[in-house]
Amino acid sequence: MWRNLLEWIEYRIPMQRVWNMHLAQYPTPVNFNFWYFFGSLAMIVLVNQIVTGIWLTMNYVPSAEGAFASIEYIMRDVEYGWLLRYMHSTGASAFFVVVYLHMFRGLIYGSYQKPRELLWLFGMFIFLALMAEAFMGYLLPWGQMSYWGAQVIISLFGAIPVIGDDLTLWIRGDYVVSGATLNRFFALHVIALPLVLVVLVFLHLVALHEVGSNNPDGVDIKRPKGSVADEDKPKFKFHEYYTSKKDIIDAAPFFPYFVVKDLIGIGVFLFFFAWVIFFNPEMGGFFLEPPNFEAANPLKTPEHIAPVWYFTPFYAILRAIPHKLGGVIFMGLAIVVLALLPWLDRCKVRSIRYRSGFHKLNIAQFSVSFIALGILGALPATDTYTLFARIFTFLYFAFFVLLWFYSKNENTKPVPARLTR
Amino acid sequence: MSNAPVDNSRRRFLTAATAVVGGVGAVAAAVPFIKSWNPSEKAKAAGAPVEVDISKLEPGQLLRVEWRGKPVWVVRRTDAVLEEMKANQDKLKDPGSSEVDQQPDYAKNEYRSLKPELLVAVGLCTHLGCSPTYLPGNFSEQVEGMNYGFFCPCHGSKFDMAGRVFKDVPAPLNLVIPPYHFKDDTTILVGVDGGTV
Repeated sequence: MWRNLLEWIEYRIPMQRVWNMHLAQYPTPVNFNFWYFFGSLAMIVLVNQIVTGIWLTMNYVPSAEGAFASIEYIMRDVEYGWLLRYMHSTGASAFFVVVYLHMFRGLIYGSYQKPRELLWLFGMFIFLALMAEAFMGYLLPWGQMSYWGAQVIISLFGAIPVIGDDLTLWIRGDYVVSGATLNRFFALHVIALPLVLVVLVFLHLVALHEVGSNNPDGVDIKRPKGSVADEDKPKFKFHEYYTSKKDIIDAAPFFPYFVVKDLIGIGVFLFFFAWVIFFNPEMGGFFLEPPNFEAANPLKTPEHIAPVWYFTPFYAILRAIPHKLGGVIFMGLAIVVLALLPWLDRCKVRSIRYRSGFHKLNIAQFSVSFIALGILGALPATDTYTLFARIFTFLYFAFFVLLWFYSKNENTKPVPARLTR
Repeated sequence: MSNAPVDNSRRRFLTAATAVVGGVGAVAAAVPFIKSWNPSEKAKAAGAPVEVDISKLEPGQLLRVEWRGKPVWVVRRTDAVLEEMKANQDKLKDPGSSEVDQQPDYAKNEYRSLKPELLVAVGLCTHLGCSPTYLPGNFSEQVEGMNYGFFCPCHGSKFDMAGRVFKDVPAPLNLVIPPYHFKDDTTILVGVDGGTV
């Protein structure tokens, strides 16, 4: 009976085939470590953002007159409104935490290298869409930081020669950031960009499953057909789609083995997530900034304005360049060079485990520079800090330039034939 | 069913022509979606001139009024401030106000104003549009040897008391001087030139 029903469905839509191909018989490298939690965590956070977001729109009023008051209403009068809002605001920061760690994983294990270039590019597009989504969402509470943050970011487009001024006018829909801007940002934040994000995540996964996951050793688990002895093959059944073209080695099916592993990661993550929501929703002014508890005032910029923490590294680069267009260009380049990593890294060895000491040093200095820029971007612009920001901006870009030069003939260690345990 | 031989070049032409016509249609259909983002008629109509009463404006004081949703500053500059401005012109990017769009002709002078003691300026940084902070008496932290000026908290741009930008800061241009005129000795009308009324 049950079996017949499943067959009836399978004949009409390939449910089981998709389940097997992408979960129950999907070959996953057995040496995944904790760095591989962050992809699934990003999906959990995306779901959290969508669900809490839908619930927030039920009480939020998208207008310059009503927005700020409706947030207060959600916080004070709507049952559990405070929880839904804190889940959404904390989720925004959590999204960037896990996405930055996810990107760092790709960086150290060379997951962007051939044949995963498109996978990396889809990831970069997700990162861009996520930044746009976060920026537009931040305008919605219509607080001081919302207002002046939007003013600054929209003005960035004004730096573009010739069309700049008309473009900013078109984006704002008014001569200043106003209710017109708020309403269109609301539309983009709740409908347009979430759709784009979901589609991009889908493409990211399709591309991932086509080329297969990289792993901490950077050693392929898909070998030429016939090159692996039968006793070396894992005892699991993998989908024909993978085994018909290649021999699989050192792998286990994603379901149930890695689903269970990811559940551990999700459990630990939710621990921290819940702690922030219940005990520290403002996170010392980094997740929710104090000036945003004051309604938008177009006549007065707060004494010290800084973007939310996840934008500060790029903001610091913008501030470090003493030229309007130059600053905008370098800020954009900081993201473009990341997208170009698959072509800037000319080394054939993927994982940091088997690459040169110089590469390790370069990644270390890049990490330090990125974090330092993040800290500097949150601080006021003094002469000393600006000098530091310039040094770290230089080092940030130096990472990519150096990588391009030394990766061609890098002094790498021998790569093991199989995954290490 | 006709048995005529397939004419490939004719097929290619028809396919291309259909694609072009369809493409033109798609572009035309995009126009309303793009145009709807422009400022509405209502937004364009807003922006009436604003009257400012300066009878109670103390020397050194800054008055903030809203004009077209933007902050406009009115500052009564003291003689000391005017002296200081004159002495520090070499630190400015554009001391002569050569950029035409940044001020009306009648404000293209030494103090960028109709009356030397009164500054009227749009208080939005020409870098990325923050409103700079007025630092009366404690500007020397930002520029050595100057006590008065404006400092933008967002990206550290600095302006003197005529809204002129200093060298080596991100802002490229002097602050905008809006059209304005004196209705009488104690009232400024911001938003319209004197000659036209």
